[in-house]
Amino acid sequence: MNTTQQSNVTPSVQGDAHFLVEMHGIVKRFPGLIANDHVDFNVKPGEIHALLGENGAGKSTLMNVLAGLYQPEAGIIHVKGKPVTFSSPRDAIEAGIGMVHQHFMLVPSQTVTENILLGLDKPRFRLNLREYDRVIAELGERFGLIVDPRAKVWQLSVGEQQRIEILKMLYRGTDILIMDEPTAVLAPQEIDDLFKTLRAMVAEGKSIIFISHKLQEVMAIADRVTVLRKGKITAAGLDAHQTTRQELAKQMVGREVLFHLDKKPNEPGQVVLSVKDICAENDKGLRALKGLSLDVRAGEIVGLAGVAGNGQRELAQVITGMRKCNGGQVTLNGETITNHSALFGILRGVAYVPEDRTHVGTAPNLSVTDNVIMKQYRNSPIDRHGFLNMPVATKFANKLKDEYDIIVPTVETPVRLLSGGNLQRVILAREISGHPSLLVAVQPTRGLDVGAIEGVHRLLLDQRESGAAILLMSEELEELLSLSDRVFVIYEGLIMGEVKIGQAEPTYELIETIGQMMTGTPLAQVRIGEVEKNA
Amino acid sequence: MPEMKSSLKPMSRRSPFRLRLEPRLNEPPRWYPIALSFGAIVVALIIGGIVIAFAGGDPFRSYAHIARASFGSIGVLSDTLVKATPILLTSLACSIAFRMKLWNIGAEGQFIMGAFGASAVALIPIFPPETPAWIVLPVMMLGGMAGGALWGFIPGFLKAKLKVNEIISSLMMNYIAIAWINYFIFAVWSEGGFQMSRMFTDNAWFPRLLDYAKTVPFFRGLTTHAGLLLGVVAALIIWLIIYRSRWGYEIRLIGDNPNAAQYTGINITRNTVLVMMLSGALAGLGGMSEVAGVVHRLQTSPVAAGYGFTGIIVAWLSKLNPLAAILVSILFGALILAGREIQPSGIPKMIQGIILVCLIASDFLMRYKLRIIRAGEEA
Repeated sequence: MNTTQQSNVTPSVQGDAHFLVEMHGIVKRFPGLIANDHVDFNVKPGEIHALLGENGAGKSTLMNVLAGLYQPEAGIIHVKGKPVTFSSPRDAIEAGIGMVHQHFMLVPSQTVTENILLGLDKPRFRLNLREYDRVIAELGERFGLIVDPRAKVWQLSVGEQQRIEILKMLYRGTDILIMDEPTAVLAPQEIDDLFKTLRAMVAEGKSIIFISHKLQEVMAIADRVTVLRKGKITAAGLDAHQTTRQELAKQMVGREVLFHLDKKPNEPGQVVLSVKDICAENDKGLRALKGLSLDVRAGEIVGLAGVAGNGQRELAQVITGMRKCNGGQVTLNGETITNHSALFGILRGVAYVPEDRTHVGTAPNLSVTDNVIMKQYRNSPIDRHGFLNMPVATKFANKLKDEYDIIVPTVETPVRLLSGGNLQRVILAREISGHPSLLVAVQPTRGLDVGAIEGVHRLLLDQRESGAAILLMSEELEELLSLSDRVFVIYEGLIMGEVKIGQAEPTYELIETIGQMMTGTPLAQVRIGEVEKNA
Repeated sequence: MPEMKSSLKPMSRRSPFRLRLEPRLNEPPRWYPIALSFGAIVVALIIGGIVIAFAGGDPFRSYAHIARASFGSIGVLSDTLVKATPILLTSLACSIAFRMKLWNIGAEGQFIMGAFGASAVALIPIFPPETPAWIVLPVMMLGGMAGGALWGFIPGFLKAKLKVNEIISSLMMNYIAIAWINYFIFAVWSEGGFQMSRMFTDNAWFPRLLDYAKTVPFFRGLTTHAGLLLGVVAALIIWLIIYRSRWGYEIRLIGDNPNAAQYTGINITRNTVLVMMLSGALAGLGGMSEVAGVVHRLQTSPVAAGYGFTGIIVAWLSKLNPLAAILVSILFGALILAGREIQPSGIPKMIQGIILVCLIASDFLMRYKLRIIRAGEEA
């Protein structure tokens, strides 16, 4: 804060050659809010500088200014000591600044090479693609960005598509690469690959600006950290090795964040959900679940750990009646619900927080009211002989709005205008308000900021205390360990093992064991390995 | 772009005002869409006026003439309403299907099959000749709705079960419908070799205002028939279904996000078939109303006059709101009627087109807003 004000009084007209990029007093306004309020930011050559902040703190806006997408209302930018004004991303790229956005900008029907060459002056007319394929393959090898230059983009995974975006910037001679939440779309092993690439780039003298709201990632990769909160700098260029996660979290949200949840000891009741030998196919017709079994009791949270794409999604769909299984049995409170409709489960108290909030969990153009009555509109008092009792529905929506802190002007607002955290509160409010006997929650905190995550965790723990059976699927191991009573580990459609989580802090061995199971070693073998190691 | 650059400098010495388009971040107030549509129509009329002036006409006189020819007297107003009636019913048919993002382009064919179904009731001697109208007409309505519903069921079923694109199948069904009634008019029901059926008997005619001229002399010559009432009642019922019923809620949910609907436990397959049938039945009712209220026989050209296609446009312009469809239908009825007054084709159709383009373009201002920025003010 102090540094910000100082630089306002004496804006340095001459850039400091010590820095590769210097931004001074950047102001960017959007109708009704100041996204960047006199922000200073700088990057040194050969460093990874993390830009940390909650959703909506102004990180992306600031970087969009640097990448030439937005024009600031005030402020000065120096690149390599010279003042610059960018009126388009092309100007920024010419100055050596490239940005990889959260949503990729690729042409699915074209090859990797074609995508990289798109929009460049050379080659002019005759595409000598073979030659360029070779150049791009070499460039990729240099930075550990392995991708087949002749593959069509639509055939590639999200991680590979991200590599193309990075290659695109490297090919254009970028010295400063801005990565906007690059890990949000990646699986854990892909994140490791990305980090290796970023380190290789830094080793070649390039600088990276890493936008994130995830503390552990920032601590793992960054040299320096700048924290933004509500459009203002709260910590400028801290040495990442000299600070702590608690300190950064405090700067991010402006208060202490509880990393340790207050999980009360709870004696689980009878088995609510029992899944036995379930087999099912995924959307492509491949076997996704290969005879998987697990159970969840009343009043406990059972975590399902695993790398994304090992059958979690399919399992959630089979349990909630949205996918047919071709073997095995699902029972809810002793009643078989295998291969019945989604409605069958809903009427028997199955609640489901789907992975995809916008495409599955809500109807974007319908109002908050319409979205919260989704599971209730069939029942009295909202249903009145086939008609909807709108006053009752509105009252219900307002009650949930207050109880669950959904921040909207009115319940008539369409939910597409809600932020991620608010949208998730709408979904949780709807699912929890029906007093479910089973709650299946898939990635309930993905993409949410620290404050919102805390809220979701509390809601889940409240449900546990009120006796619901909760099956929690998450890629965040830390989240699973802090919330769950037991954790199952899934790998390629099978359960590798089950571990009990006590009240105490999980030990390093426990985490190691789960990690081994996540990569395909059954629990029995992990234990044998341990015995051998000890002997 | 250049002015963006200049805003980086502390003071910009340019014109005192700048206009800037900004995306709308919150919902506009309720009155805004209505005002916007009126604004668009005014702009369209100004553009149309310029064109008329270029064509050598007097725009003011032309517009005055159009207004007189559609709303100028009680007689022409009645004719406008007669034209609006079939459009209203087909636009309701499209509204309910479009609401579920079922692109039923087959309202025309469903309208024709509705006319056929109603005509079949009137022409096939199932009732003794002296049967009162209050029995014949409801049965004709059922016949019309059945004809339309069948024509909606086919693409709906194909869509639901086999994922056949309903745009193509419903469009193609239109041509089958025309060929179907042509067969009957040319052969089975041909009257004395003419390509039309015989005139319906009196008990198959919708009551018209002029039928009551003996008691209320004011109604003399007014051809507005009971179909208008039918259309308005249908609009109210469809409004209730869409916004206030459980079924309508399911339709809106499926239309907005089919994944969410499935997640909520809604049967999309069944609703696809049912909504297409309801849509077809509404268009079919329009066909029935046209033969019972205006044509009084089955004949191709006045029945297959494109009301089903106009219904698509009206449904869009009324933003799929059944009550707004009543007003927009009357506007289109007026344009069709008055257009013929000033020129058989050409300028009137062009004005219709300009109005359409302006209305559709005005949608842009639903998503963006213009902001006036004074010099010196930080943008």
